[in-house]
Amino acid sequence: MRFILGVGSKGGGQLVPEEKAFQLDREINSVLATDCGSTTTKAILIEKVGDEYRLIVRGEAPTTVEAPFEDVTAGARNAIREVEELTGKTLLDEKGVITPRRPDGTGVDIYMSTSSAGGGLQMMVAGVVKTMTAESAARAALGAGAIVMDVISVDDGRKPHEKIQRIRHLRPDMILLSGGIDGGTITHVVEIAELISAAEPKPRLGIGFKLPVIYAGNKDARPHIQSSLGQKVDLRITDNLRPVLEKEVLGPAREEIHNLFMEHVMAQAPGYNKLMSWTPVPIMPTPGAVGICMQTASREYDVSVIGVDIGGATTDVFSVFGEFFNRTVSANLGMSYSICNVLLEAGVQNILRWIPFKIDEGDLRNRIRNKMIRPTTIPQTLDELVIEQAIAREALRLAFLHHKSLAVGLRGVHKERTIGDTFEQTGSGESYIDLMDLGMLVGSGGVLSHAPRRAQSAMMMLDAFQPEGLTMLAVDSIFMTPQLGILSTIHPKAAMQVFERDCLIILGTAIAPAGPSGSAKPGDSCVKVTLEWDDQSVTEEVPYGQMKVVPVPNGKTAKAVIQPSRQFNAGAGYGHTVEKTINGGVVGVIIDCRGRPFTPPADEASRNAKLLEWFRALNLYPQESLEKYAK
Amino acid sequence: MAHAYTPGLKVTERAIVRKTRRLPILGEVLVEKGQSVSPDTVVARTNIPGNPMTVNVANVLGVEPEDILDFMTKKEGDTIRKDEILANYRSFFGLFRHEVKSPVDGTVEMISTVTGQVTLREPPIPVEVDAYIDGVVEEVLPREGVVVRTEGAFIQGIFGVGGETQGIVRVAVDGPDDVLDESCFTPQDKGKVIVGGSLVTAAGIKKAAEVGAKGVVVGGIIDTDLIAYLGHDIGVAITGHEDVPVTLIITEGFGKMRMADRTFQLFKAISGFKASINGATQIRAGVMRPEIIVPGFQATEQLVEHDLSEGLVPGTPLRIIREPYFGQLAEVVDLPPELQVIETEAKVRILRAKLQDGTIVTIPRANVEIIEK
Repeated sequence: MRFILGVGSKGGGQLVPEEKAFQLDREINSVLATDCGSTTTKAILIEKVGDEYRLIVRGEAPTTVEAPFEDVTAGARNAIREVEELTGKTLLDEKGVITPRRPDGTGVDIYMSTSSAGGGLQMMVAGVVKTMTAESAARAALGAGAIVMDVISVDDGRKPHEKIQRIRHLRPDMILLSGGIDGGTITHVVEIAELISAAEPKPRLGIGFKLPVIYAGNKDARPHIQSSLGQKVDLRITDNLRPVLEKEVLGPAREEIHNLFMEHVMAQAPGYNKLMSWTPVPIMPTPGAVGICMQTASREYDVSVIGVDIGGATTDVFSVFGEFFNRTVSANLGMSYSICNVLLEAGVQNILRWIPFKIDEGDLRNRIRNKMIRPTTIPQTLDELVIEQAIAREALRLAFLHHKSLAVGLRGVHKERTIGDTFEQTGSGESYIDLMDLGMLVGSGGVLSHAPRRAQSAMMMLDAFQPEGLTMLAVDSIFMTPQLGILSTIHPKAAMQVFERDCLIILGTAIAPAGPSGSAKPGDSCVKVTLEWDDQSVTEEVPYGQMKVVPVPNGKTAKAVIQPSRQFNAGAGYGHTVEKTINGGVVGVIIDCRGRPFTPPADEASRNAKLLEWFRALNLYPQESLEKYAK
Repeated sequence: MAHAYTPGLKVTERAIVRKTRRLPILGEVLVEKGQSVSPDTVVARTNIPGNPMTVNVANVLGVEPEDILDFMTKKEGDTIRKDEILANYRSFFGLFRHEVKSPVDGTVEMISTVTGQVTLREPPIPVEVDAYIDGVVEEVLPREGVVVRTEGAFIQGIFGVGGETQGIVRVAVDGPDDVLDESCFTPQDKGKVIVGGSLVTAAGIKKAAEVGAKGVVVGGIIDTDLIAYLGHDIGVAITGHEDVPVTLIITEGFGKMRMADRTFQLFKAISGFKASINGATQIRAGVMRPEIIVPGFQATEQLVEHDLSEGLVPGTPLRIIREPYFGQLAEVVDLPPELQVIETEAKVRILRAKLQDGTIVTIPRANVEIIEK
């Protein structure tokens, strides 16, 4: 199955600097890759079948970083052993993974791994101005796959002693310090360095070790940074990430973060030295690898991509719009460990607005707390499933809001304006996220990947992200993107073939006209869509406020003619027709005429009726059970 | 997948408990291997560098940062008292004087001619780690701490707030269904760990604090009562550092939850004994649950042993940990190996269990926990 996403001609260039990337010295016909997550270690075996690389099998086992095992390779071995059992092949010996593949068929050509076990990579970043160098430093750290524990800046509103206390308290894995343009003033960045020096921060792992601090600020301040921090921390100096105000250069800082991740964090984590000896490819933080996979996909298919991974503790959002890649981690938005924080940040009312039946607020709060303290439980009844998916919508919505606030142009940059711009004062610092331009929305994480009906995943993403125009929706069925991300650094072709054929489950394409631009009322004309595939032709006129699904099958493409009414925009402007070839999917083509942006009705009775209507339109839940609860 | 179940919380009369007592940074271990310790025995000690304080001398004096050394009355490494002059500047033949006084007692750590900032360091802060439980030092971790070993009763809760403390256990209700309210407390409960049944009320916790109880252990609590007690909401499940007068441990969950009979019976047995308790909870990889440890408790009678080595088997006692039977106790009837479709349409591994009223119900295996010994 191939899906249409523009041309695949960009070749998936290297996203890791060429001199640092592992260079292949042999033909690759088989790849074994593991991702050591905080709870589960997942192994996948990829082999060349004919001319194509395909996923052969996957295995998984609990991660063994924590006591009593305290050796990550035990979990990796167990996961790989499952792959061995399923394929009947021998991949392991007493030294580790057998590479390269031997003439008798044992082993694989290459092994590689990503990791987020033991809490992943936890960083603190610091800069001079909150919305400028500190924000750039945060982007560098997030893009490298870190969780940013705090952002310290001269103008963050805290008093010096409060900043010092915060730095002392945090115990990150490393600190990234930036500030000032090259040749600019050095005072402020040195001031931040002095605060770090006064705090004498200690690393999270390795009692007695010096904390790594990367300096990526004004190059003229380097001697002063060296004298402030050199004795107290493990100081690394790299290129300024804002050499001039108008330019952000994150590559060298990210590279240094990866180096330190290997040298310090991984080297301190139990068993990682052994794991590192199994592979010639540096171990990569899981979210960093997912980011690379998303960037490769965007380049290969020439579309803007948003990816989201909603876990128990955190929700990661990735976006690639044009040349801009952004990643954010909402460290406290998740479906189990941090579920109460979703309640706290979203508020009960925002969760209740996605539930089409009455539920006592106190009861809902207790249920959410009980999910937090018993995170491995699953919904048994339909009302529990609906509640869990309502919470997921809010977690995704909040994580996306967070992402949009950071996926912005450089702030503080003087923008040259023409007379034509006079009336369009968007200025710098505007978001890169253009939902009308979004071509592909990929979801992963238990609540999206394992929803009993695929339409539920599509609806959760539509409600939370509210894509506009035409957007393909997909889920990563078994969360393979970390392994494919690291694979794409050495073999992008193999990674993309598996991504397309085995990793993604295409849910379908959403047609969601933006608007109304005026005072359209529910029931007014919104869009007329004609879809043609094989020998079928379907025309649907969907009024404002309603939804409809056309079951264009998975693997099929349809020629779509989309005629919005004059108050709606499907991508070519208000009232203008769009003609495009779009993908079907396991759900089909979803015509979402609820408007953009939209919120469910405020009044409870009409909201519940509307929710039930939309749920019915997408055949979201077993109808009989849903009506039982709705009564 | 044969072991697809939640291992459950330990509730046992007789356990070997090991507690690692570690300093936050390297320091000195004060006890030896084999030494008997009590909860308040200091086992390790260190000094954390004192709080730093920065003073921008250049700004206060109105001079350039590179010139501040000319005005400093102290140099790096000097000790200084609070309100002692750190730097001064006289102009117009001494007519105008500007002074910078030290805001703290400490030493001058750094004078920056780049920023004009002076860093003062308060005296080191001693940090001590105590043994927390009665026991014996089993292992010394050089310069880091010790492992203390003890034998006795051990009960894990599901969630708690508040840190380590000790007190005599008193069961203040008649049965596991009973509510622990303000009427259950007496002035004699000062310093004690009070055990209730299905719920502690907001007034109950308040009363516990008033009488000076050290801890409250109970089946459940209403979410909003917990928020009221803490004064803030809990977003992420990491607790133990709250500044609360009474350590609170719940054994079953949020809402009114009958305490498991077995847990309640064990609390009755340990009533009158001294317990070390800790509300600290962390729910993710490296799970930490709140705990009640009674060192030296001798079991009077043997409870029925259940072999847990094979995970779930017919007859295994369990607790249901999710709606629609949340909180109920049951016994495994059978374990069909094939996946089954439940009401949500998810295909999952299930078990059939007999509730205490004799009803047989079907439950996803992920939604039960074994009542461990």
